[in-house]
Amino acid sequence: MQLQQAIQELITKMADDELVIGHRNSEWTGLGPVMEEDIAFSSMAQDKIGHALALYRILEEHFGGTHPDQFAFLRNAKDFRCCHFVEMPIGSYDFSLMRHFLFDHAETVRYQALAQSKFAPFQHLAGKVKGELKYHTLHADAWIIQLCTAGEDSRWRMQAALDNCFQLAGGLFEPGPAEDLLIAEQIYPGEAALYKQWLSHISPVIGKAGLVLPEMTSPVYGGRTGQHTPYLQQLLNEMGEVFRLDPEATW
Amino acid sequence: MQTITTLQAVYQSLEHVMDPEIPVLSVLELGMITDVKVDIEGVHIKMIPTFAACPAIDLIKENIKNAVERDLQMPAFVSVDKEVNWNSNRLTAEAKEKLRDFGIAPPGRHGGEVNLDMLIKVTCPHCGSENTYLRSPFGSTLCRALHFCRQCGMMFEQFKPLS
Repeated sequence: MQLQQAIQELITKMADDELVIGHRNSEWTGLGPVMEEDIAFSSMAQDKIGHALALYRILEEHFGGTHPDQFAFLRNAKDFRCCHFVEMPIGSYDFSLMRHFLFDHAETVRYQALAQSKFAPFQHLAGKVKGELKYHTLHADAWIIQLCTAGEDSRWRMQAALDNCFQLAGGLFEPGPAEDLLIAEQIYPGEAALYKQWLSHISPVIGKAGLVLPEMTSPVYGGRTGQHTPYLQQLLNEMGEVFRLDPEATW
Repeated sequence: MQTITTLQAVYQSLEHVMDPEIPVLSVLELGMITDVKVDIEGVHIKMIPTFAACPAIDLIKENIKNAVERDLQMPAFVSVDKEVNWNSNRLTAEAKEKLRDFGIAPPGRHGGEVNLDMLIKVTCPHCGSENTYLRSPFGSTLCRALHFCRQCGMMFEQFKPLS
């Protein structure tokens, strides 16, 4: 595979993860368990969708891709490269919080690595995103520890959420077909390396919270090759509904 | 074509372009302007958003263009500078003072990285007490966090430090 194509695939899977988790986060707007959480998930939704936009713009500007709005709103599920983890419905707050914790630490290690990428647009974007993500992980860590130390029922629910999320979260690190090329060209260190760094980021918090980290026995792959859960098409139908009414409209 | 007087006029014009979410601060005080050039085509201004996903960016670009074109009677071209990232040390000392008067705690100066203490230990802009806690790292806009002052019993917002 050519390097240019490999970079595009890397950007697309990252951007699609950001867009879809961003949309899921936004579903908490108006429904958060407390007002601060309502605002937090809404703010994080805005950030994630902003990151997706920045990545889609790189595709447009450096690889002759389509306009970000069209790329985001007019593709079908099979053309998306997001993992199943981000597609899952928001469920209850414990699931969404745990997903936010696992996702944002994964995003953090990814952008930390991209800050050293030989692909200059990654370097620039990573510089911007890294600082912002500190607020996301600060938020996630604080709530995970708070809820896990708030009593047995609460800790049990968070452990169940971790157990539910963990194999799905493994899908964030599904390797692509051009891993070796991307690693050799120093575009990024590869999914296996990111996975290890991610474990070292989440483990101290998991330990402090008194949770037991499950074994990664069967990470949920498929999203990177266009195989998705039915939840994704439902989400895309809703997300693009207004856009598709008049794709040429200017806002 | 590029004269010092024209450049000065551009900066004077920019002093009156306020941030839509923090109307006491101009785009200059926020450190959002990275470059100004004047040539035969007109005025070329480069600017940067505070946070990557700032929804106000297009509005701010438009406001800059309109103000400069009105004040200088020359075409103005505003673009986002991709070479520079905003960080909270770009806020001028004057801007921080204005933020405090507006009721928003300004970010402390960081040495390249923001540490946890900078997010958590924040002086109340209302009563000056340091007996405060971080209620949520997310506030009414992407660039603000929510704090609570135990001394005066007031919620307040902080302009987030960003590296």
